Amino acid sequence: MPQVKVYVTLKPTLLDAQGRVVHNALESLGYNSVEQVRIGKYVELQVADDTPDIEGKVKEMCDRLLANPVIENYRFEVIA
Amino acid sequence: MKFGVIRFPGSNCDQDAYHVIKDSMGKPVDYVWHQETSVRGYDCIILPGGFSYGDYLRTGAIARFSPVMDSVIEHARVGRFVIGICNGFQVLCEAHLLPGALVRNKGLKFVCKQVHLRVENAETPWTRSAKRGQVLKVPVAHGEGCYVADQETLCELKTSDRILLRYCDPAGRFTHAANPNGSVDNIAGIANESFNVIGMMPHPERASERILGSSDGRVIFESIVTSLLVAAK
Repeated sequence: MPQVKVYVTLKPTLLDAQGRVVHNALESLGYNSVEQVRIGKYVELQVADDTPDIEGKVKEMCDRLLANPVIENYRFEVIA
Repeated sequence: MKFGVIRFPGSNCDQDAYHVIKDSMGKPVDYVWHQETSVRGYDCIILPGGFSYGDYLRTGAIARFSPVMDSVIEHARVGRFVIGICNGFQVLCEAHLLPGALVRNKGLKFVCKQVHLRVENAETPWTRSAKRGQVLKVPVAHGEGCYVADQETLCELKTSDRILLRYCDPAGRFTHAANPNGSVDNIAGIANESFNVIGMMPHPERASERILGSSDGRVIFESIVTSLLVAAK
């Protein structure tokens, strides 16, 4: 059963308030080499073996629901 | 004149909206369950605040695909009135009835307090009972109310006077401190191109009676009632 791994991230132009706070926390732990932290989402899909055009379907799912193209970018990989 | 308040699983300001319309405005109103497939017969649809579907995935993202939303989108498309308050605003952005998006508050905190809003355009169906520049005291209660949009959209909103409400201080100044969530240009409420759809993060329904500490929010409901009366003539 193919697995699809979808990664959704905030667009680089948007401030990631959460990432910034985590960055501060890492610095307070002494990890001063971290330049930036961006937090995103990871979605895992299991799809039926006989799904035609998995890539096209997943792209459609991302555009319609899994990501909001106004604020987010996404990428995905299909693992057969 | 009839109002419909949409109820999604997780809506929690539906009763407040219903109460304002029924008891403060004295107008007919129904709850409309999210599984309904028609909003025929309603003149104004209210998408209330809350945490529809637990805010899963993104605020408003799942509610946007509720069965009732197709009919709400059609209702808006033919020029009928729709207002989204707080989570309702988030749903309207996800449904592309309004441009832009609402993201995590800049300060990360859930902000629940009285804020001040300046009416930027008083010549809309939603603000006609207010005056341009009037300052309203209305509460906010949200974790994800930071309005963002690309430059092109912002420019378009400004030039077409579609920014109806902006966060300000009690004197009406747009200060950084008066902005509770980091929204671009202190934006608190916007309209669509034809002004029949608006979204706002603050809660006018929670500020429509003096006993609640402010009745400034009434002006939004008075405006829409007047607009519906005018439209019916």
